[in-house]
Amino acid sequence: MPDRTNRKPETGAFFPRDRQWHAPALTPGYKTSVLRSPQKALLSLDGTISEITGPVFGHSVIGELDNDLIHNFARPGESAIGERIIVHGRVLDERGCAVPGALLEFWQANAGGRYRHKKESYLAPLDPNFGGCGRTITDDEGFYSFRTIKPGPYPWPNGVNDWRPAHIHFSVFGHGFAQRLITQMYFEGDPMIWKCPIVNTIPDRQAIEQLIAPLDWANTIPFDARAYKFDIVLRGRRSTLFENRLEGN
Amino acid sequence: MVQQLGYLKETPSQTAGPYVHIGLTPNFCGIGGVYETDLGARMVNEQTLGERITITGRVIDGAGTPLKDALVEIWQADAVGLYNSPTELRGSADPNFTGWGRCPTAADDGVFTFETVKPGRVPFKDGRPMAPHITFWIVARGINVGLHTRMYFPEEAEANAADPLLARIEHRHRVATLVATGAAPNYVFDIHLQGEKETVFLDI
Ligand SMILES: [Fe+2]
Repeated sequence: MPDRTNRKPETGAFFPRDRQWHAPALTPGYKTSVLRSPQKALLSLDGTISEITGPVFGHSVIGELDNDLIHNFARPGESAIGERIIVHGRVLDERGCAVPGALLEFWQANAGGRYRHKKESYLAPLDPNFGGCGRTITDDEGFYSFRTIKPGPYPWPNGVNDWRPAHIHFSVFGHGFAQRLITQMYFEGDPMIWKCPIVNTIPDRQAIEQLIAPLDWANTIPFDARAYKFDIVLRGRRSTLFENRLEGN
Repeated sequence: MVQQLGYLKETPSQTAGPYVHIGLTPNFCGIGGVYETDLGARMVNEQTLGERITITGRVIDGAGTPLKDALVEIWQADAVGLYNSPTELRGSADPNFTGWGRCPTAADDGVFTFETVKPGRVPFKDGRPMAPHITFWIVARGINVGLHTRMYFPEEAEANAADPLLARIEHRHRVATLVATGAAPNYVFDIHLQGEKETVFLDI
């Protein structure tokens, strides 16, 4: 992509977050939010250099198995138990521009719905060959992919009988710290999505649908793994061509 | 009909949940052997330029209890006020300083700790210098959208008084929620999610 590397980095401020599209802070159906939600109005401000900039992560931080959760914790010659899947997609911004070099980190429960964590008490067993974390960096056109097993649903203490639908947690770095995002990916066709109090913190049905990855039959690998496609959209940024040039800039 | 703008919607945020450490600091939570180190665990090395400082603090809920499952990230300029970012066009930042740190709050007392350097001043949009500050981002179970805020320095009273962001805070007693306590080199920055001392959070 010589075009992209020759281009000056973009320095415009990011589009304001659409706070009606995201979940509000206080969502009583998700009980933990009650004491952890700010109650005063946020201070809204156009981004400064402190938010327009952000850390970058070179491909050197990524190990060979980091994007393979089936093997990155497994004993040599063994692999994690579960339905083998490939999760892939593209990181774009709100303008539809690719976001190359974005660090994605992901984590999930094992095929039985159990996390490898000391605070986790669900009776489903640990898989000795599954750790549950992975990471990758998007390529020049914003594409990423990783291999894993499909996580299981699991119960959690909220209502008397609340269950999380199968999901994968994602953390994303774009090009500016203002784009920092953590979210969750769900799987097409799972009826539990619509029962989940955490999913339902998001008021807009279309916004929820943006978190549901469709089965990607075209990219499914015969006799190996099914594919799910999950695109991620980060905040767009204004063109610096529109900015007044002020002294000291 | 007019042309369509064609903008996409931002992917909605979801809580980091109780197991955020599995993904972001696996070594911290006992998942060894996958990554050599946890990203952001160390911000400075022997060659990093500038005044060494330590920031400790807690993230406190509406009942006054520190969160023991939160994750805090910080982002800051180097000692002379340059960001280690491709978007920084004013010069080259200290190559021995990434400016980014990540720390879980401790399982016993909920304290986070960052060993870093005091940042230099960076300009506001109109060229006025902002007071030295560090950007904070907090995620945890129960937080639906990651919270942005800033920490300023207590010894910079004059610069803080002229800071364009602090000047935007209508209720002046709340400015103090963005200023660390303690003194160089040990600063304390507690973040209050609710209540009388609720930290000013930013939509920025
Ligand atoms: Fe989860």
